[in-house]
Parts: sequence; C-alpha cells; structure tokens
Amino acid sequence: MVQINGEMKNAAGCLMKEYLLEEGYRMDTIAVELNKEILPKKEYANTLLKDNDVIEIINFVRGG
Amino acid sequence: MNQYNLPSKDDFEQMIYERHTPKVHDKVKTGRVAVAGLGGLGSHIAIALARMGVGFLHLVDFDVVEPSNLNRQEYRISHLGMAKTEALKEQLLEINPYIEIRTDNLKVTEDNAIELFQTDDIVCEAFDGPEQKAMLINTLLSEKEDVKIVSGTGMAGYGRSNEIVTKKINEQLYLCGDFVNGAKPGWGLMAPRVMICAGHEANKVIELLVKETV
Repeated sequence: MVQINGEMKNAAGCLMKEYLLEEGYRMDTIAVELNKEILPKKEYANTLLKDNDVIEIINFVRGG
Repeated sequence: MNQYNLPSKDDFEQMIYERHTPKVHDKVKTGRVAVAGLGGLGSHIAIALARMGVGFLHLVDFDVVEPSNLNRQEYRISHLGMAKTEALKEQLLEINPYIEIRTDNLKVTEDNAIELFQTDDIVCEAFDGPEQKAMLINTLLSEKEDVKIVSGTGMAGYGRSNEIVTKKINEQLYLCGDFVNGAKPGWGLMAPRVMICAGHEANKVIELLVKETV
C-alpha cells in the first residue's frame, strides 16, 4: 500500500505519471513530494510507486 | 512638516533590538529573503519583513501598479503606472532605510529561477498563477539543496480566517493558505484574507531565520 495525501492506496506498481493522470491532476499546477523529497517533473514518467512510499501531491490554486 | 529627523542607523537598530531582542534581530538582520511576486500577498510580506529588519530583501515582479490592484495590494494612487518593484522599494525604504533591497523587474521562468535566487536563503512564493507557483517550487527544489521556500496557496474570498494555516511539507518547503480556495469570478482576492496568508508567510520566514519554532 502507498500513502498518498494521508490516505492508503493500492497503487504500488503504478507509474507516478499514470497515477497523476488517472486522478485528473494537471501536470503544470502540481508538485509531488515522494518520501520527503520533491520529485523532479522529468522523473514522473519513470518513477514506480512502491509499497510504503509516502507521497504528498500539492495542487496549487490561483491567488496571491 | 514632520517633527522627526531620520534616526541614525545605530539608533534605528537599537530601537529594533529593544523590541525584538538581540537573539532575534542578530539573526534577522543577516537574513537574505526573496519575495517572488509583489501583488497582494508579496507586497504585504515584503512590508512585514522590512519592518522586522530583514537585512537583504530581493523583490521580483514584472508588473506595474494598476487601479484594480488597490483593493488588496500595498500600493497607492501615487504609484499607478510604476513598476511594482520600484513602488514597493520606495515604500520599504520609508519604513526601514537601512536594509538592502535588490529589485528584478522581470518574469520568473524555469530557465532563470535558479540563477535569479542564487543568493537568497529563503524565497517567499507570492505569485498569482498556480502554474507559476508549481514552476517555482519544482525548479528550485529539484536543484537547489540549500534554499527554503514559503509558498502561498488558497486565500480567496472573505471570512473563514481560521482556515488559513501554515503546513510544513519538508525541511525546504512550507505552505501557507487554505490550500483549496483559488481565486475565480465571484470569489476573488480580498485584502483581509490575503493579509492573513501574508502574515503566515512572513511569520514563518522569521521562525526560519531565527532557526527556532516557537
């Protein structure tokens, strides 16, 4: 199981990019933290989610 | 004609020492902080940090002051048409004449961000667009080991003050805001709520400079 934004998900084995697209995230308004490090965008397509990964997906919203 | 002469640098610093304590001010006065975006969020952050006596402020924005900004941004009628970098710098020097201020009147991109913020220890993200916010966080944190970012996301509307929070993501990234209320027609940006978020960002900057969470 993978922890994503505080919830346990059955997503191990999925590619990060696939997961993000399936969940409907816009690639250009997010940052992804994988196990306490910001994952570079160019790594989304070749990073596999593993059991016990802790992921935070930040979806920025307009305003400032 | 005002009755006060400009205090000397030493007198000014002494007054800050008395209010903030040497423990705080000795760290704050050597702080190197950038404010990326000088709109409602950034202009208030910069003013708070200038009042705190942050020694080096780096102001970055490409835009000019327009009448529609006046509902929430720290500018006046006399600033209309001026570059925000210049209008804000002018105000900051009227608040604390002894801090160093660097301005860059340009748009931040993934190609210039690393070099632009090279000498800044903390970057306050205060852009309007979510794409710009994501670009800054991804660009700086993918490559720079030694920078900290305090970012604002979700501050539209009025009321619900207590939903504005500061959240630590990791040692390099802090988010301030309610994380969900993006500005849109019928639910725009308003001064009080934007100022709360600005206060959160500026307050976190001070904690980071003093290297102590209280």
